[in-house]
Amino acid sequence: MSDYQYDNQTVKGFIVSSIFWGVVGIVIGLLISIQMWKPETNFAPYFTFGRLRAVHTNGLAFGLGVGAIFGLSYYIIMRLAKRPLLFPKLARFQLYLFNVGILLAAVSLLMGQTQSLEYAELEWPIDLAIVILWVMFAINVFGTIIKRKEEQMYISLWYIIATTIAVAVLYIVNNLSIPAGLTKSYHLFAGVNSANVEWWYGHNAVGFVFTTPILAMFYYFLPKSTGIPIYSHRLSIIAFWSLVFAYLWTGAHHLVYTPLPDWIQTLGIVFTIFLIAPSWGSVVNGYYTVGTDWSKMNTNYLTKFFIMGITFYGLQTVQGPTQGLRIVSQLIHYTDWVPGHVHMGTMGWVTMTTAASIYYVIPKIYHTEIYSEKVANIHFWLVLIGQLIFSITMWITGIQQGALWKATNADGSLKYTFIETLTKNYPYWQLRTVGGLIFTVGMLFFIYNIYMTIRKGSLAEAKA
Amino acid sequence: MGSGIYNKPIAFALTATVVILIGTVVTMFYPMLTPEMHPKLENLKPFTALQLAGRDIYQREGCVNCHTQTVRPLKTEVLRYGEYSKAGEFAYDRPFLWGSKRTGPDLARIGGKYPDAWHYKHFEKPQGMFPQTNMPAYAFLAKNKLDPAEVEAHMKALDFPYTIEELSALGSKTDMDALVAYMQVIGTAVKKTAPVAAAGGVKEVHFPNPLADNPQAIAKGKDLYAKNCASCHGDNAKGDIGPSLVDDEFFYEKGDMPDDDYFEVTNNGTSEGYVEDGRTGKGGMPGFKDSLSKDDIWSIVAYLRSIKGK
Repeated sequence: MSDYQYDNQTVKGFIVSSIFWGVVGIVIGLLISIQMWKPETNFAPYFTFGRLRAVHTNGLAFGLGVGAIFGLSYYIIMRLAKRPLLFPKLARFQLYLFNVGILLAAVSLLMGQTQSLEYAELEWPIDLAIVILWVMFAINVFGTIIKRKEEQMYISLWYIIATTIAVAVLYIVNNLSIPAGLTKSYHLFAGVNSANVEWWYGHNAVGFVFTTPILAMFYYFLPKSTGIPIYSHRLSIIAFWSLVFAYLWTGAHHLVYTPLPDWIQTLGIVFTIFLIAPSWGSVVNGYYTVGTDWSKMNTNYLTKFFIMGITFYGLQTVQGPTQGLRIVSQLIHYTDWVPGHVHMGTMGWVTMTTAASIYYVIPKIYHTEIYSEKVANIHFWLVLIGQLIFSITMWITGIQQGALWKATNADGSLKYTFIETLTKNYPYWQLRTVGGLIFTVGMLFFIYNIYMTIRKGSLAEAKA
Repeated sequence: MGSGIYNKPIAFALTATVVILIGTVVTMFYPMLTPEMHPKLENLKPFTALQLAGRDIYQREGCVNCHTQTVRPLKTEVLRYGEYSKAGEFAYDRPFLWGSKRTGPDLARIGGKYPDAWHYKHFEKPQGMFPQTNMPAYAFLAKNKLDPAEVEAHMKALDFPYTIEELSALGSKTDMDALVAYMQVIGTAVKKTAPVAAAGGVKEVHFPNPLADNPQAIAKGKDLYAKNCASCHGDNAKGDIGPSLVDDEFFYEKGDMPDDDYFEVTNNGTSEGYVEDGRTGKGGMPGFKDSLSKDDIWSIVAYLRSIKGK
């Protein structure tokens, strides 16, 4: 099984690209976290919070997230199909187009070209490029799986197939728009309907970018790193189907107490609660897998990444449904609680699992060992501490905000002006920046480790 | 769910597609076909060219990242912002701009709440009005001229009615003018309840300030004035966007008015044509009955009296 056969260059290309865009996204995240408490750090017109926030979210969701998903999915598919990609040149071209697309996306957002739809900000010409990218991906995913040399499709392939289909449907429908020039368009849907389509998309972008492909990695790389097979195949079947069924019903929990018809809100809330079950199906499966030999937590440095990652996934999927309940939503919706929630998922679950998968893959395709387990351990603890500071400070200030907005005097008048409720966030926002900094330093250790491993590997190849 | 499907990728993909589409159809496609997803208030009008240009700028600058545009039907929310949002208000909103985060206040009822001058001053330098705010300054908007041809293309795309005069008038307008025009139309399709008739509104109070000359009340009033009033009436109450509160005029006529008129105007707010003791106001003053208690307002009046003529 030579390198050529498995087309490792493309896999490596996606991984390195995703790390690059990850750095861009994280640095911008740090800047906008400072802008929250220090408005002088806004540099109009291009570098204001309003424009940069979308660069941060898109850079990390599409640059780091989707880049890593492309690369690692290809890695997984080739191994599980026991064959190289069906169209290796197409995949290579997809890699180049991906980087050009993300670059154009970032520039266009800085220019203020946006649809104002969360996680679907990009204007229609870039949307078209993304659809083309996705079609290229789908051709290789389905082509390679159909022409596979291993009869049974392992769990990870189910999740990759579901991701490929769902993202296509979601992305195309929500981005339907009326063009009004090369850099401007208006949502095809108006008002309440626009809101409903957008959050059907928005929540499932979380479901099918930050959940299903990451589960594909989890189900593949956890057994690979530990040498322990997945605990229950049956549980993974039940969890898979109920997850992909229930997710699509839940978008309206983002619109609780808005003018969206109540029945859609209620259905959204009900299915959100239901979603705890399939989510925990995967959590339990992960715990029981490692549970057959907990010593792996000590002896195999990657195990703790996966177990901590799936733990945050478990916490995330209990906290999220709780937030959907009307009584909770009315307190914490629109507050900083929500970014606290989101970042537990992205920094705790997605980044932790993706980084561990990359730690597994890079030494494999470079025929070497990881440069330093010690550096990986430092990376682990720093991102863990950074993320906890981030999330916990945001939960505290979120509850505080919600409570202050609701506080009334004895005569029924409001107790606080808006500006008073705002300024009480500042100490927490400053702490959040500290948390973000620690997380960033942790990621630098990760990048250093990967870089040194690649260098070591290349040298080994050169010698051979 | 026989084991067969797990070695037949096409059958598997088709099944997954159907499973994914069920929730999609029920919660997203089906509602789209029902009239309840397309309501429109009777007096809701399409945006004018200037307002749409302003909305485009609101989108471009990412205002939606920090400001929501939907008031939830919760008691304190209605107190803070005004009437809760109705589905029929958003028929021309492509896309909806309800937002998901309130770093700044909700803007669903911002239209008509302040005079234009307030917005110009605030966009220019928010910290000048609220020293502790984290809103970035948008002074650069006043330097960018609108492009009528571009706005026309946008109006056409949305099929909104416009006149040639309306478009040519845009040539002399700036991004800032457009954004202010948009601010002033947001949420105005829902009728504002007249300030006096509103719950908690006070009509014709006729008694002297119970807290007059009370040193504690004056100190409290000074603090409340700085937080709530100084941004429009100036740090020393000698007037800025709003009129002076320490001169010998009231509602643009000579001769001051008694304390209880100050109380009423502060409590109720004013709209154009608002009449207080036979004098007609120009409007633009927000009411404070929801954010300040009666004692608070009397304290502010006591403070104003204490600095009058100084």
